[in-house]
Amino acid sequence: MATATMTPAAALPELTNEEILRYSRHLILPEVGMEGQRRLKAAKVLMVGTGGLGAPLGMYLAAVGVGRIGIVDFDTVDVTNLQRQIIHGQKDIGRKKIDSAAETMQDINPYLEIVKHETFLTSANALDIIKDYDVVVDGTDNFPTRYLVNDACVLLNKPNAYGSIFRFEGQATVFHHEDGPCYRCLYPEPPPPGLVPSCAEGGVLGILPAIIGSIQATETVKLILGKGETLKGRLLLYDSLNMKFRELKLRRNPECPVCGDHPTVTELIDYQEFCGIPQQAAKEAEQEGKLSEITPLELKAKLDAGEPIFVLDVREPHEYEIARIEGTTLIPLGQLARRVEELDSTADIVIHCKSGMRSAKAQRLLKDMGFSRVTNLTGGILRWSEDVDPDVPQY
Amino acid sequence: MAKILIPTPLRQYAGGSDAVQVEAATAGEALEQLVSLHPDLKKQLFNDEGRLRSFVNVYVSDEDIRYLERDKTPVKADDTLSIVPSIAGGR
Repeated sequence: MATATMTPAAALPELTNEEILRYSRHLILPEVGMEGQRRLKAAKVLMVGTGGLGAPLGMYLAAVGVGRIGIVDFDTVDVTNLQRQIIHGQKDIGRKKIDSAAETMQDINPYLEIVKHETFLTSANALDIIKDYDVVVDGTDNFPTRYLVNDACVLLNKPNAYGSIFRFEGQATVFHHEDGPCYRCLYPEPPPPGLVPSCAEGGVLGILPAIIGSIQATETVKLILGKGETLKGRLLLYDSLNMKFRELKLRRNPECPVCGDHPTVTELIDYQEFCGIPQQAAKEAEQEGKLSEITPLELKAKLDAGEPIFVLDVREPHEYEIARIEGTTLIPLGQLARRVEELDSTADIVIHCKSGMRSAKAQRLLKDMGFSRVTNLTGGILRWSEDVDPDVPQY
Repeated sequence: MAKILIPTPLRQYAGGSDAVQVEAATAGEALEQLVSLHPDLKKQLFNDEGRLRSFVNVYVSDEDIRYLERDKTPVKADDTLSIVPSIAGGR
């Protein structure tokens, strides 16, 4: 377990007069003071991801004076990011996130060093990247990377300031600090692919990552200063819709395969496989091979020719409010099994969703229930908007 | 009546409710009542063998039932149960 090995004060870097002025509101806090600020200057923090969580995190880590900040990202800024990723702006659309983030951070604080790791974090490079840092902050958006970051932190004995978000709700804690639990102690296994929707599918309140990312930044600073009580052993839950914070107890699991008493995971593994992704993709490809598909242009032609096709929309009602194909029937995927009597199993049914994923699931579900003539609309309503009707907005 | 808090990702399977009241003596009974009220939740919470999925944690008050008596964990009338599924979002 990661224990804070505090550098002796004498070995910490000095602050320049410009830095002393800049950090004056910190320096007059007894809990920070000159020594604490010098600890921040000496600190090396790795942030994984510069998206929703990484945006406030990077800006605050820069502002408070963390001396060296590593950034791992490979993505580019697109317009749908700007509703929450405040480290990027309109002028950054199309740029690499890592460049846009570094520029904002350097503008906030020119005295820090930024190290860019423009890559996917993988089992092959994670240990090499993480080993040079004191604290890791996990702001990624997928299960394989979360398990990878966790295992790498345990193997290298680094604390992990963790946060995750979904819709209106967030979770935060500090994993693998001193005798505390790790991510696998909390969730030994990931959900199968597709069961838990991503933010792209499920949505996220623009301000939510600001709260959770700032909590991660706060915990990072406390870890560096060695002050206060961290979230080690506590899972903080935040519900923005009801404006409630709650706390649950986390325990280190002595049976944990990574940080337990007799670990069985002693090197990084294949996290895509651990999260069931290749098998699932292969299975889906195989099943989709057997199931029929139709493109938006083909469907439009059939509808225009007056063919009696029942078009089923399996998205959520609020998505239907944003954009719809006229004449469709809405039954959200989660209700389909229960409401299947509303459908005629002998009719020609074309199913659509936003991009074709949920409708493929609905298609399999209906096939399993004995429907024979169900077809998936490839590319969903997004492609309908591109190929058939540009008046239908994309979201 | 004990209260079960339903997290955001699962509310769509519970008719949008964020909490339900149940009359139960154990955590297992409470969850059974929850899925009988909201059948769409069953597949989300339990695997095909009827066991709680490993990425869904259930807490009575602030304690994980895995470290208590699992589904036999006693529930008092004024207890709050939390369902906390794994979420990975960050972007």
